[in-house]
Amino acid sequence: MSATTAPVWTKTRQQPGALARLFDNKAFLIIVCLAPAVGLLMTFLTYPLGLGIWLAFTDTTIGRPGIWVGIENFEFLMEDPIFLNSVFYSVFYTAVATFGKFGLGLWLALLLNQHLPMKSLLRAIILLPWIVPTVLSAIAFWWIYDPQFSIISYLSMKMGLTEGPIDFINTAWPARWSLIFANIWRGIPFVAISLLAGLQTISPSLYEAALLDGATPWQRFRHITFPMLMPILAIVMTFSIIFTFTDFQLVYAITRGGPVNSTHLMATLAFQRGIPGGQLGEGAAIAVAMIPFLVFATLFSYFGLARRKWQQGESND
Amino acid sequence: MTDAAAAPQSNTATAAPEMLSWDSKSRRVVMLYVPLACFLLILLFPFYWMTVTAFKPNAELYDYATHNPFWITSPTLDHIRHLLFNTSYPHWLWTTMLVSIAATFLSLLSSTLAAYAIQRLRFRGSQYVGLAIYLAYLVPPSILFIPLATMVVRLGLFDTPFALILTYPTFLVPFCTWLLIGYFKSIPYELEECALIDGASRLQILRQITLPLAIPGLISAGIFSFTLSWNEFIYALAFIQSSENKTVPVAILTELVTGDVYQWGALMAGSLLGSLPVAIFYSFFVDYYVSSLTGAVKE
Repeated sequence: MSATTAPVWTKTRQQPGALARLFDNKAFLIIVCLAPAVGLLMTFLTYPLGLGIWLAFTDTTIGRPGIWVGIENFEFLMEDPIFLNSVFYSVFYTAVATFGKFGLGLWLALLLNQHLPMKSLLRAIILLPWIVPTVLSAIAFWWIYDPQFSIISYLSMKMGLTEGPIDFINTAWPARWSLIFANIWRGIPFVAISLLAGLQTISPSLYEAALLDGATPWQRFRHITFPMLMPILAIVMTFSIIFTFTDFQLVYAITRGGPVNSTHLMATLAFQRGIPGGQLGEGAAIAVAMIPFLVFATLFSYFGLARRKWQQGESND
Repeated sequence: MTDAAAAPQSNTATAAPEMLSWDSKSRRVVMLYVPLACFLLILLFPFYWMTVTAFKPNAELYDYATHNPFWITSPTLDHIRHLLFNTSYPHWLWTTMLVSIAATFLSLLSSTLAAYAIQRLRFRGSQYVGLAIYLAYLVPPSILFIPLATMVVRLGLFDTPFALILTYPTFLVPFCTWLLIGYFKSIPYELEECALIDGASRLQILRQITLPLAIPGLISAGIFSFTLSWNEFIYALAFIQSSENKTVPVAILTELVTGDVYQWGALMAGSLLGSLPVAIFYSFFVDYYVSSLTGAVKE
């Protein structure tokens, strides 16, 4: 009756049922607790990741299982000007948008860190662009960028800045910049709120000490705020770079890669070739070609920025 | 906490007389309020424009010469009526709601258990399991959607809501687990030890002590999951084909954009209605949201 593990004193209380005792077994409990999460991630993340890499080396199309073709897909892509342009634009888009997001986001965070009325309301409002579905705000930008009825064109014509409507998304370079602006607009809130959290962890005594030493505001920013913000900056930047580089929604909603394929990011090109185009192998090859960039960006932003933290001799956590 | 930043400023005013100029009113206006107002204007303008367009009659919408585009002279509900009665918009909303709630429930369940196992049932290698789950968050959906599409077809889930309910946890579980590990860490372990001494089983501890204390963490993980699933686009675009199974973001872009003449009024009304549930949901829990966002980043 009594379990092997049950000590003598348990006789005074009710014996737990067999099921309850099974759940008190630590090894069993660990397996039960981890099973759903690990199972889901293995089935729908790890396996597809491997499958995607395998698909990239086959000529699979929709409705026909492919055969192994080696690096033929990649050889073809290396000579494809549309693919090369998408690589260029992905790197350019990520670089400029990240720079803009972090510059403006840091500025906004510093502003919000001041003593302000209605602080929490302000923070809630500022997060809105990040909360609202990206596609829906992208549609709003599409309307703002409309060739005929753009409100910005209307304003600039009213103020006499331009003669006719501004061209936002009908030629290559304006379209590229318009998309980058929309991406920065969407990214600022997240960067600002995350960095604000970092700013609030900096001890005020550091600023007091610096003030007593006669530091100027710029010196205080340069030698206290910036280094202390570095660990959070590294993490937020890693995330931001990864999700900007693999961005899909904004471009798909506003230009769908046009005009004349000039604004394709690698993700939108992979989609276009893979799903509506049916060339699953080629689409997968484009998606796999993103991986080296992502690994490099992650290592660069994480180790490049996080190293500063070790140099300061903070605890390694 | 929020006032910590204000403290050094007031100190500087008394400690160093030359710093008084920093706090002078005009300088504060130029350095603080003007840039802040510009930020707010730019960040909020698209929403204002969305709202204005959604309630404008078509006659005003395309005629900037006689009507001031920034204001509505005769507001109308035509676009919203068109959306609700002439399209399957209510159905899309319902599908999106269903998918988001199911995916959120599934991810919350599995990530709570996983976070509890990693943080509380410490076993050898638990850190590495945590790290692996965290790294899974760094794999973006843009890389996975093509192989997942082939899997979804083979599993017979193509064009069903289950395709989305089962794939959304791939990006929800890593984040929720990460957030909840941080949250469980903040609950004193002594409470659980007391319960163990009193003879509670592990399951009783989880149900009666840890989970009730972790409710704020669970709420914010739930908000994250709900908003992320509501906003998800690429999987919903790739795995769903028939009009009635589409989610709101995909349906607006693929079903409402017809031909060369865009129905901007209906498009904006659809975007506004599609954003509202998330915005309302989020406004109730904004404090949890911000604190967990900042808390998660601090980890």
